[in-house]
Amino acid sequence: MIKNEAMKIVSQQEIAESIYELTLSGSLVSEMNQPGQFVHIKTGNGYEPLLRRPISISAIDKENNTFTMVYRAEGKGTFLLSQAKNDTEIDVLGPLGNGFTPEVAISGETALLVGGGIGVPPLYELSKRLTKLGVNVIHVLGFQNAATVFYEEKFRALGETYITTVDGSHGTKGFVTDVIDILSNSYTTIFACGPTPMLRALESAYKETKEVFLSLEERMGCGIGACFACVCHTADDPTGFQYKKVCSDGPVFRAGEVVL
Amino acid sequence: MNMLDIQLPGLDLKNPIMPASGCFGFGKEFGNLYDLNILGAIMVKATTPEPRFGNPTPRVAETSSGMLNAIGLQNPGLTNVMKDELPRLNQFDVPIIANIAGSQVEDYVTVAREISKVSNVKALELNISCPNVKEGGITFGTDPVVARKVTEAVKAVSEVPVYVKLSPNVTNIVEMAQAVEAGGADGLTMINTLMGMRFDMKTGKPILANKTGGLSGPAIKPVAIRMIYEVSQAVNIPIIGMGGIMTAEDVIEFFYAGASAVAVGTANFTDPFVCPKIIEELPVLLKKLGFNHISECTGRSWNKHAQFANHRA
Ligand SMILES: Cc1cc2nc3c(=O)[nH]c(=O)nc-3n(C[C@H](O)[C@H](O)[C@H](O)COP(=O)(O)OP(=O)(O)OC[C@H]3O[C@@H](n4cnc5c(N)ncnc54)[C@H](O)[C@@H]3O)c2cc1C
Ligand SMILES: Cc1cc2nc3c(=O)[nH]c(=O)nc-3n(C[C@H](O)[C@H](O)[C@H](O)COP(=O)(O)O)c2cc1C
Ligand code: FES
Repeated sequence: MIKNEAMKIVSQQEIAESIYELTLSGSLVSEMNQPGQFVHIKTGNGYEPLLRRPISISAIDKENNTFTMVYRAEGKGTFLLSQAKNDTEIDVLGPLGNGFTPEVAISGETALLVGGGIGVPPLYELSKRLTKLGVNVIHVLGFQNAATVFYEEKFRALGETYITTVDGSHGTKGFVTDVIDILSNSYTTIFACGPTPMLRALESAYKETKEVFLSLEERMGCGIGACFACVCHTADDPTGFQYKKVCSDGPVFRAGEVVL
Repeated sequence: MNMLDIQLPGLDLKNPIMPASGCFGFGKEFGNLYDLNILGAIMVKATTPEPRFGNPTPRVAETSSGMLNAIGLQNPGLTNVMKDELPRLNQFDVPIIANIAGSQVEDYVTVAREISKVSNVKALELNISCPNVKEGGITFGTDPVVARKVTEAVKAVSEVPVYVKLSPNVTNIVEMAQAVEAGGADGLTMINTLMGMRFDMKTGKPILANKTGGLSGPAIKPVAIRMIYEVSQAVNIPIIGMGGIMTAEDVIEFFYAGASAVAVGTANFTDPFVCPKIIEELPVLLKKLGFNHISECTGRSWNKHAQFANHRA
């Protein structure tokens, strides 16, 4: 069930350049069950900024009633959020949307997890779930440069991990697709989150041969399916009236389900 | 004692708070968050004769204390709204105000004729003011002659009272209000969004795919208040006010300006529980201000006969 709660900041730290890891505690955690879901956060107290910010859940810790997000402080709202101090409260609405279903991969199989920039965080909880199910995981994570790389060791602890940077300052120079192209073709499922061009490239290359699941990003108003800000066309009716809402039908869709 | 009940043409309201059209869908999603029975009424999303997909995304952009939207009247069309959306709202004891839109007079007539027959639809809201539709939607709302004509045509077929939603994108709002009153409108709702634009810092291009969008939220509240103040003194039909309402205090200010009920739009995105919160806070605030009933607030700003509230503080 979707809940609204003032959640307490357990910890917040900058883990890479302008990248913050924020852990909150509260009863809302008991509603979180699926990797890839997100929360809608009110980053300031007044009317500025007015809209909530959608941020993915990157780790769920039911035992301690906490969950973690990793986000980039970029604009007004995320910058404000990064200034919030321990033991203060953050207004959280969630969990929202339909995330990844790790169970589509079977024990013993291999899954490829592909993340670009701030699309990497939701893959962490997903990877933990997959490995718990006995699925082998390969991670290919793309960043701008060495300074913005995060969670490399955490992912490495769960499985094979490749890092790419656009400027080549860490890992392979180039995009995630440059690594995937030369990987052995051992995986059956792909889970991806990141910029739309990356998702498009994965969809067109692997839609026919693999099970592909993509997490989309769109500007949002309500975050719960009521305002029609975040709709996309369905692939079988690309210019018609059929639609999906990224916030409540997604953000995760099977490749080929919606028009990217 | 109920301090909040209000009677308006077609509408028997337990309180004067209702979600604004387009900010609440057809109630389904918010119905999962709280009991919709507590609402005074629900203004549902605009309905057009045929389904509409709406505009390309991005459809929203944040602004200082506000937001721009260019949804483009996405809706499943009259048949589906009648078949799926309105019946689902039957489980609630809440009057529905059906927002209707179109690109020509016949569209409004078609939707009005059918939708006004639905049992829980207690009033219509003619959206003659949506700034996001290309095929002329805006001209209905900015030309008094056309606005009157569409009002008359809808009144001729509607089985329930008709409220006309005014656009703030005009130089003379009073003239518009008087024109639709002369056309037979039973009430007014105001204001719709103000046309605006924002550009992306990096690309220099509009953030919205539609380029322009409608500004809503606290940023437009003073404009709404001023327009309601002017119009309420110049017409004899009630006004449902809207534009930037976030708190119970805002509601009272709209009443002072001349509103008899209010709708809450954008605030539902900031706080999905804002309507129940306002409904709970209003009686407390009214008491603090010395009122026995919210209707005593209507038009206080200009009504010379209004008595000073009995201050008990
Ligand atoms: C489902 C989903 C999950 C996300 N998960 C993460 C995450 O885990 N970590 C992370 O760093 N970022 C994530 N994002 C992106 C994040 O929402 C934006 O970076 C953030 O909203 C920008 O806010 P701002 O205050 O920095 O920017 P501003 O420029 O102040 O934002 C202005 C408006 O534009 C919207 N906006 C701007 N960029 C985006 C964007 N890329 N996507 C959606 N809305 C945007 C804002 O929400 C706000 O309404 C996610 C987005 C979505 C849709
Ligand atoms: C996302 C969004 C969608 C809207 N859709 C409609 C609509 O379909 N029909 C309509 O008459 N008004 C629509 N409006 C206008 C609102 O009903 C309201 O008049 C306006 O937003 C001002 O109120 P607010 O500041 O409380 O949001 C929409 C507003 C928003 C923000
Ligand atoms: S953000 Fe409102 S419908 Fe998706």
